[in-house]
Amino acid sequence: MSDPSGTTESAAPPAAPEKPARSGRIRLPGSGRAWVFVAPVLLALAVVIGYPVVRAVVMSFQKDSGLDAATGMFVQGGGAGFDNYTHWLLQQCQLPDGSVESCPTGNLGSQFWAAIGITLLFTVVTVLLETALGLGMASVMGKTFRGRAVLRAAVLIPWAIPTAVTARLWEYMFQYDGVVNHLFGTHILWKTDPWPSRFAVIVADVWKTTPFMALLLLAGLQVIPGDVYEAARVDGASAWQRFTRITLPLLKPALLVAVLFRTMDALRLYDLPAIMMQGNPSTRTISMLVVDQVRQGPNSASALSVITFLMIFAVAFLLVKVLGANAVATQEEQRKAH
Amino acid sequence: MTKRLKSARIYVAALIVLVWGLGPFYWMAVTAFRDPAYTFDSTPWPTHVTLANFQHVFDTTRGNDFGRALVNSVIIGAATMVIALLLGMLAAYTLARVNFRGKGVVSGLILSASMFPVVVLVTPLFQLFTDLGWIGHYQAMIIPNISFVLPMTVYTLASFFTELPWELEEAARIDGAGRLQAFRLVMLPLAAPAVFTTAILAFIAAVNEYLLARLLSADKTEPVTVAISRFSGNDPKVPPYVEIMAAGTLVTVPLVIMVLIFQRRIIAGLTAGGVKS
Repeated sequence: MSDPSGTTESAAPPAAPEKPARSGRIRLPGSGRAWVFVAPVLLALAVVIGYPVVRAVVMSFQKDSGLDAATGMFVQGGGAGFDNYTHWLLQQCQLPDGSVESCPTGNLGSQFWAAIGITLLFTVVTVLLETALGLGMASVMGKTFRGRAVLRAAVLIPWAIPTAVTARLWEYMFQYDGVVNHLFGTHILWKTDPWPSRFAVIVADVWKTTPFMALLLLAGLQVIPGDVYEAARVDGASAWQRFTRITLPLLKPALLVAVLFRTMDALRLYDLPAIMMQGNPSTRTISMLVVDQVRQGPNSASALSVITFLMIFAVAFLLVKVLGANAVATQEEQRKAH
Repeated sequence: MTKRLKSARIYVAALIVLVWGLGPFYWMAVTAFRDPAYTFDSTPWPTHVTLANFQHVFDTTRGNDFGRALVNSVIIGAATMVIALLLGMLAAYTLARVNFRGKGVVSGLILSASMFPVVVLVTPLFQLFTDLGWIGHYQAMIIPNISFVLPMTVYTLASFFTELPWELEEAARIDGAGRLQAFRLVMLPLAAPAVFTTAILAFIAAVNEYLLARLLSADKTEPVTVAISRFSGNDPKVPPYVEIMAAGTLVTVPLVIMVLIFQRRIIAGLTAGGVKS
């Protein structure tokens, strides 16, 4: 996620005094001082992100402390090679006698692929629903009518409620005696049955995050000049044609960035299912698996968090490369459009 | 399609969006006032109204120290916000207004940091803070929050700063003000609304955090998010939903008031940090 335009800009020879009115930027004689201003942020991020990541990688190659099978003594770690990784990826557990076999059901190690599947399911379904509903919401909010400000404020409320509160609110509404079953006249066990509980988590997540998507899309919609639609209307384009031929292509950069942001968020989903469904394994995401493992074995938890990170990184890379979603490039395009 | 029919359609659509945003929140607030015996009453307006739930939330003899959790959240949110603004302001200004070699790399790094999965930090930090004896102290909650609040702060501020008129700063520089002086005396006052907006967003993000807080807090430093997730009543099998909804309402109402007052600025901030970034 580098900034291609920024790189070329800074690589340009500083000799030619370009009109500052165009760029709105001022050149420094030496770039040394700029680095002094940026350094505190980079240093802080190196401490709060860089250091723990390096330590997590180191930890992931160490044995968790436990009972030594041969001696019956409690031993502290030592090198583990890729054991912590094969534990998750191949679901291999170390038996007390030192031999390796596939993890018994109920062991967290046997839940890895299930957690991956659930995480991906939540990601694909929520992002698709949010995009569709967010587009609808954005087009309503983009219309001019009295009370539009009220609508925009109301839409911010789900976003502003802390996720922990959202989780308990929906947990309450999805109780057996709760309002959801009452409204629809159903008798579904939303908190324990696998598919109903997954459905409930998806509903709560979509409720909470669609407004954010809608606002990002609304910002993208407002950049599209109105006379393009006017011209299309004069030429006899139908509403559907105007949507597919004008709105979608022109909205694409903003849409892709919004999808990228939301996908990254959905892949690390933790609070909502963890609080709403407590120990229900049918909604256990990969982040939940990491947290559940921390106290049992920090080193194997580290391996799992490294796998999580690589997975999220790979998805981000794919989205950026394949779809061409580039947040920074979009920023430049939008600025030009203004 | 007639004009009237068209505007009727817009209002129906607007009403659906309105119910979407407000419906569940309204249900939480209504439930907060219900007598516990009527927890699952589904009358759409308050019946069997009581204020006891709000009292119980603060009743330490019932094991609910929600007052302390509220104070903790404000302390953690405010400290995170101040540190992120102090560190981030100059960097954002520099990214927005100065061209320097490696700028693309720096802004790319900060953007990727904002998408970083916090769950990776959890294990090493849990170990480190246990070794340092920090679990149960505020710094164990505030420092990790910097990892996601700071990138967001820098991005939002930088996108606001690019839109400020640069001429005033130029004039100050020509009149002999140093770069830092120009920033402090000319730009900072101009940027005040942007800084304020970013501060609100940073505060809300820090108060929302749950994953780190759950592992790195102890009873004494527990923020509202963790307190709400653990709320238990007399019967461990049945969560005291009316009290939980009362607690939820207490946390949410100040945030909602903030959102309603600063609605325009918050939307500007969200979309600046998101799409325009």
